[in-house]
Amino acid sequence: MAPSAMVGARIRRREDPRLITGRATYVDDVKLVGMVHAAFIRSPYAHAKILRLQMAKAKAHPGVLAVFSGADLHAAGMTASLPVAHKLPDLKTPPHYPLAVDEVRFVGEAVAVIVASDPYVARDAAELVEVEYDELPVVVDLEKATTSGAPLVHAALGTNVAYAMPFKAGDPDGAFASADVVVERRLINQRLAPVPIETRGVVAQWDAGAGRVTIHSSTQIPHLLRTQLSLVLGLAENKVRAIAPEVGGGFGSKLNVYAEEAVVAWLAMRLGRPVKWSETRSECFQAMIHGRDQIDDCEIAAKRDGTITGLRVRILANLGAYHQLLTPVIPTLTLLMAPGCYRIANVDIEVKGVFTNTMSTDAYRGAGRPEATYLIERLMDLVARKLELDPADVRRRNFIEPSAFPFTTSTGLTYDSGDYANTMEKALQLADYRGLRTRQAALRKEGRFLGIGLSTYVEVCGMGPSAAMPAAGWDSATIRVEPTGSVTVLTGISPHGQGEETTFAQLVADELGIPIDNIAVVHGDTDIVQYGVGTFGSRGTAVGGSALKLAIETIQAKAIRIAAHQWEANPDDVEYRDGKIGVPTDPSKSMTTAEAGFLAFMGDKLPPGLEPGLDATRRFEPPNFVYPFGTHVCVVEIDSETGQVKIVRYVAVDDCGKVLNPMIVEGQVHGGIAQGMAQALYEEVVYDEYGQLLTGTLMDYAIPHAEQVPHFELDRTVTETTVNPLGVKGVGEAGTIGSTPAVVNAVMDALAPFGVEHIDMPLRPEKLWKAMGPRSNGKVTA
Amino acid sequence: MARVEVEVNGTRHELEGVEPRLLLVHFLRERLGLTGTHIGCDTSSCGACTVLLDGKSVKSCTMFAVQADGRAVTTIEGLGSSAELHPMQEAFWAQHGLQCGFCTTGMIMSAVDLLRRIPNPSEGEIRAGLEGNLCRCTGYENIVAAVRAAAAALAAMETPKTIGELVEVGGR
Repeated sequence: MAPSAMVGARIRRREDPRLITGRATYVDDVKLVGMVHAAFIRSPYAHAKILRLQMAKAKAHPGVLAVFSGADLHAAGMTASLPVAHKLPDLKTPPHYPLAVDEVRFVGEAVAVIVASDPYVARDAAELVEVEYDELPVVVDLEKATTSGAPLVHAALGTNVAYAMPFKAGDPDGAFASADVVVERRLINQRLAPVPIETRGVVAQWDAGAGRVTIHSSTQIPHLLRTQLSLVLGLAENKVRAIAPEVGGGFGSKLNVYAEEAVVAWLAMRLGRPVKWSETRSECFQAMIHGRDQIDDCEIAAKRDGTITGLRVRILANLGAYHQLLTPVIPTLTLLMAPGCYRIANVDIEVKGVFTNTMSTDAYRGAGRPEATYLIERLMDLVARKLELDPADVRRRNFIEPSAFPFTTSTGLTYDSGDYANTMEKALQLADYRGLRTRQAALRKEGRFLGIGLSTYVEVCGMGPSAAMPAAGWDSATIRVEPTGSVTVLTGISPHGQGEETTFAQLVADELGIPIDNIAVVHGDTDIVQYGVGTFGSRGTAVGGSALKLAIETIQAKAIRIAAHQWEANPDDVEYRDGKIGVPTDPSKSMTTAEAGFLAFMGDKLPPGLEPGLDATRRFEPPNFVYPFGTHVCVVEIDSETGQVKIVRYVAVDDCGKVLNPMIVEGQVHGGIAQGMAQALYEEVVYDEYGQLLTGTLMDYAIPHAEQVPHFELDRTVTETTVNPLGVKGVGEAGTIGSTPAVVNAVMDALAPFGVEHIDMPLRPEKLWKAMGPRSNGKVTA
Repeated sequence: MARVEVEVNGTRHELEGVEPRLLLVHFLRERLGLTGTHIGCDTSSCGACTVLLDGKSVKSCTMFAVQADGRAVTTIEGLGSSAELHPMQEAFWAQHGLQCGFCTTGMIMSAVDLLRRIPNPSEGEIRAGLEGNLCRCTGYENIVAAVRAAAAALAAMETPKTIGELVEVGGR
């Protein structure tokens, strides 16, 4: 096989046949003998004391097996808190029990669980559980939560501020004092719901003989889930098996350890029956993590020519009522990435994480970086507007130049590689930026409002070095060459739509010369796969794929020794070329990996001291994050009579390093852009002042349908990284990170004739209509 | 409890003891084991549960099993198999019209019905025609491409005359 016959090609996904025919097994499709069904009773109040639970009527309902409250779980010894993975200095970590024990702190918090023979019966009986509450003062507003005298989410803490993290570098005060212009702007990054189309679900089974529990869960992190649940349940880790079956989308929302996972596992152990819980969409809106939710007070200092000299940001981050797995760390990523792809030596940034009576926020596609990119990209446009410069020129003036990499930012990150100007020039050319500006001017004369928005982003991903995220930085891969020549790959990541069953097979096919149909990629079962970390933070290929590359190298080295022994050659004279083993000086010598694999199982064919078998397990610990980047150009037209935004064109030029399968990479970018533009235009989780969730169904929370998303024009540049042996960066989140500011910048550009500088997201027609000012005969005059 | 007689994917089923409130989607998934039809919401918003009822797309979470009495249902399992894909399934595969796959089965069923109504739809007609189906992964770009490709593939075959034929085209 020629080198790279597979890598770089648009190979159809090997996952798809089971998915397009309805033969895949998602967690709700798991059916076990004797299985019973759980339903949760959830708090209708955002903050209240639990006075009494009346469960007798529910227990007596035909078909009901059991009802348990939080107090019951405690009495049974399940007293551990759900985990929070990141320890920031002085982080306040209140207890977080799987079922609330004496106080509820957000609408949707589970207070009791019911188990019945049938899911319909479970829900009927859940209605019969009577919970008496004593309402407590509620705090939903993020700023109000930080004021003295505000209701306390956790009274024992004495404050709602979970942590404050100040950071300064250079001389920000000097920069602001000597600036030609300073732009100040509050930017609100609204709360979002991840909305994977598959909600959460758990099926747990207790094997009393072995004393083991098996948990099928719709998760992105089966191994981390196993570890954490073993701690919560008080079982040895080898008594817990976690299985991520087919997972119907995650976007970070399933990178967590949830109350329901712990409770359903406990129920299976307690009842000795398999227990299933399938989340309803309404529950999912209430009790699956949310994303974003920051108030960012920004100031940026610049010289008259557009050179940025300083940046100040006060980040107020809404954490929700409890820490979920990564809740507190997410806003710190905003701090780290706030300077974006620009040289900004003088920064003064503070993050404050604040508890409120709402669902926890945590990792949602981009996780802290979309907020950073949004603020810096909005500020670049505001500076350009103030100085009457072209937004592209202001960016050109401030880009970190290609020769500066690896580049250490003022916030302490080391960007691996990049050529920001290159992607921008390519995107501007593709979009015909000059032509667009000409057209914009012409249309304005006709009373039509075209807007052109740029976003030049860089993001941090490939999570990540263990130095930055202990115990979750690396990942693993096993390759087994089976005796008859097929190959099994076990990967520690846990793909759920990202296509690594295909891309990893492509890699192995090329490097080991195995036909792709003879390669199986297995993931998502802790009894089968060696310990791994999972799929999130755009790390699957960058970290998991790199571990696979290492395993390939180990297989090759052993196969070479086997072949050399067979040929009575010096192993130093034998090498892999085009996926085959050979001797460069003797073309008659050639052996496939499959042939070497067969010999590996014949003990008498092996050189002395070499163990039989041909397999390898390797782990890759990245020395750094990776930093993909790109430029998005969005063109909108605003209907001045309705305030409706129409995306006329969307051009994205992204650089994620080397590409293994362009079809899959483009798909990731498409989906990412759609989610990012949806934040700009449509989506917003809304709680009222009492903490009631007003956007609790898909009728109220607007994830876009096909008509609300435009056609995307994509291109790419390729700037490889040296952080990993594949030269790849991540691409899962880049589209989301890049797109939100491009859309908002486009809309604000369109509204420039009205003197509108900024409107907070989502940019609904009503807000734009109002911002355009008074009308006569339905028409506005700019 | 009711008795339901329904034809599903060409096979007649007569089931006793059907609770009147049992949703069609639960009937298909739990009683018949056809788990290719998915549930993504509780407000008939997402379309993951789309099946064909007498050849027309319906959201199977929006009707009761008893309402399907005497009628014919086609689920994704009846559209085609890995060995014999329907052109729509083939197009979704070839165009990378899916990622996590959860919305896909309902999306494919809706798309089949769309081409029944509009055999050669424009991009706008495809986007409008699929507005009842939500996808969170693909940004719809490749779904639109897949429906176009399927329309072309179907047009290149003998034009189906009936709904039933359209559904069966995958078997050829």
